Amino acid sequence: MTEPPQKIARREQAGKAKEEETPTDASIIVQFQSATGETTGPQLDIPHTVTPQQLETLLNGLLSNEDKLPYSFYIEEQELLGELGSHLRSGGISVEKALLITYQPQAVFRVRPVARCTASMPGHSESVLTVQFSPCGTMLASGSGDTTVRLWDLNTQLPKTECKGHKNWVLVVAWSPDAKYVASGDMNGSILLWEPGSGRQLGACSGHSKWITSLSWQPAHRPGALPSSRFVSGSKDNTVKVWDAATRRCVLSMSNHSAMVTAVLWGGEGLIYSASRDCSISAWDEADGKLVRVFKGHGHWVNTLALSSGFALRTGAFDHNGKAPADVEAARAKAAERYAEATQGKPERLVSGSDDFTLCLYEPSVGKTPIARMTGHVQLINQVVFSPDGRFILSASFDKSVKLWDGAKGTFLATLRGHVGPVYQVAWSADSRMFASGSKDSTLKVWDARTRKLKVDLPGHADEVFTVDWSPDGGSVASGGKDRVLKLWRH
Amino acid sequence: MPQNEHIELHQKRYGKRLDYDERKRKKQAREVHKRSAYAQKALGLKGKMFAKKRHQEKATMKKTIAMHEERDNKHKAQDGAPQNAVPAYLLEREQVDRAKVLSNTIKQKRKEKAGKWEVPLPQVRPIAEDEMFKVMKSGKRMKKSWKRMITKVTFVGQGFTRKPPKYERFIRPTGLRMTKAHVTHPELKATFCLDIIGVKKNPNGQMYSQLGVVTKGTILEVNVSELGLVTPGGKVVWGKYAQVTNNPENDGCINAVLLV
Repeated sequence: MTEPPQKIARREQAGKAKEEETPTDASIIVQFQSATGETTGPQLDIPHTVTPQQLETLLNGLLSNEDKLPYSFYIEEQELLGELGSHLRSGGISVEKALLITYQPQAVFRVRPVARCTASMPGHSESVLTVQFSPCGTMLASGSGDTTVRLWDLNTQLPKTECKGHKNWVLVVAWSPDAKYVASGDMNGSILLWEPGSGRQLGACSGHSKWITSLSWQPAHRPGALPSSRFVSGSKDNTVKVWDAATRRCVLSMSNHSAMVTAVLWGGEGLIYSASRDCSISAWDEADGKLVRVFKGHGHWVNTLALSSGFALRTGAFDHNGKAPADVEAARAKAAERYAEATQGKPERLVSGSDDFTLCLYEPSVGKTPIARMTGHVQLINQVVFSPDGRFILSASFDKSVKLWDGAKGTFLATLRGHVGPVYQVAWSADSRMFASGSKDSTLKVWDARTRKLKVDLPGHADEVFTVDWSPDGGSVASGGKDRVLKLWRH
Repeated sequence: MPQNEHIELHQKRYGKRLDYDERKRKKQAREVHKRSAYAQKALGLKGKMFAKKRHQEKATMKKTIAMHEERDNKHKAQDGAPQNAVPAYLLEREQVDRAKVLSNTIKQKRKEKAGKWEVPLPQVRPIAEDEMFKVMKSGKRMKKSWKRMITKVTFVGQGFTRKPPKYERFIRPTGLRMTKAHVTHPELKATFCLDIIGVKKNPNGQMYSQLGVVTKGTILEVNVSELGLVTPGGKVVWGKYAQVTNNPENDGCINAVLLV
């Protein structure tokens, strides 16, 4: 039996009356603290009706910032979204002692969410396997099963050049951090270098006997890294090789893996990381190729790696407007500054995703024990990415979900469900406020990292979406898949 | 049976008969007719043995013909990369290879409008009314015979309420009601046990479609939500058509093939 409607209404009324009884002029003693735990300013007595916007003004005053910076506020790990008083009441948080409010700086720019497909660019005659925006965000390269690499013009949204030279599927493309080279690796194990402006082939690096799984360029802030010349490749033939792009010679060849190398990353601290299907991750010295550390945290294939400073490493000296100093020394200094800003003086963190359904978070330059082991997925993890500010980790899994984790401690934050097929790839927007996911179910979905809800659903592909990338300047998202068209999505 | 090579010897000594070649040609020409006459006449074990021998002969003949044809065929040169490219992260993962685009709802909609489907079983055996129905006697003296009992498998929807038994013309026995079908996806080569949503078309007539009779060749609508198919618009497909491929009333289950 259900109660008659009048009774329910009456009870709700009573509840409302009780809520309204709380005094309207109550004030709360708060203490600001930064993300690292240092207190900022004195304890303050503020009214409970204060909003995050007002707190932001207050904090900017306390920190005496010349330009107003956006901040987000956290109370006991919960983000403050509305009025302080109602937030405390709903969370049941005590105000008997001074309330600690942690503030986190936000990106000073905002990326507008992508909402529509502005261009479907046909051209490839086989599945599009990989797309990547240049670090400046003005160019786009794609690799396909039709053995070509194509460069696209983002202004006119038309194909620019078709780079022929590979003999088999092009599995990976990678832009150098100064946007002067595109490296592409194929199924036969050869790596070709292209000049992005003209699409001219600069040379071939041969040495791998089986297919290339991953490519990574030396970060721009390392000594001697600008103009870009060195990159690392991982292959099915169990080896990791470092190449010189100018001479196309293999500089170093490292191998301790007993199975396919699935991912390689060139870290910002002079280490090269390689993940393998033999369940281990190795760290190598970039100067002489010595094995520094082996991380054995996983019980099955390690599929993917990501670094907390990954976005800064990828974009090098280019800022969010795609501008970089022309002078080499100035560009290096800029890249170093951007890297320092991204890491904030702390050692960089490495996260790995595996076939054993878990993720491991390491501080690879400190020790080989994981900081955290993140469990929760019920299928293999295909890709992990750090948000550009390094505060969040995102994992895409074959269990049709995307999970959001804390980037510093590895605690679970949210599960984002919505896809009806395995999620293949995820990509963050440059301001860390949104991310896009591409799935086997042929859709792209854009999610809000703050509300942890679906923002936009982007259907349009006719088949599986194999690859997604968000341009570093935030303007557009590119995706490609089995239906052979490359789609550009914009606001 | 000749004990020695008398005939060859004789032919060497005296030559062949003048009409030897003509007789041989005629004999060969008549051979096929003779064999066919024998094949029709032979009964029992002899017939079986003959059929088996003939079958083997035909198989070898086909093989030889194919071999000859292959030699003459023009092959496309084996160049270029293999088809169905997959990204690096999917290489060496167990998965189904499919060449065609899975979600082609637009095509299906068009076909639906035309009321025609390109189905795996285009022709079915027509089922007579007296095979489909059993006449039920009713009335106090059991002399009225306007009631019919369906002797085939039926699908009865969830919301079905019986008419008062007195006025019920068609009886669908509960023992022959089925709600699930084993549906094979022809491209994935996998079979799923799916819920039936409705009977779309029975090839034997509109009335049988309305009654929900499931016979061989019937088009069913099945619930494919657990297959995770998606339309180009990004919506999950949950109803899809499937054609029944077996005789459910004989087998006790419905086997069907998905129309994609």
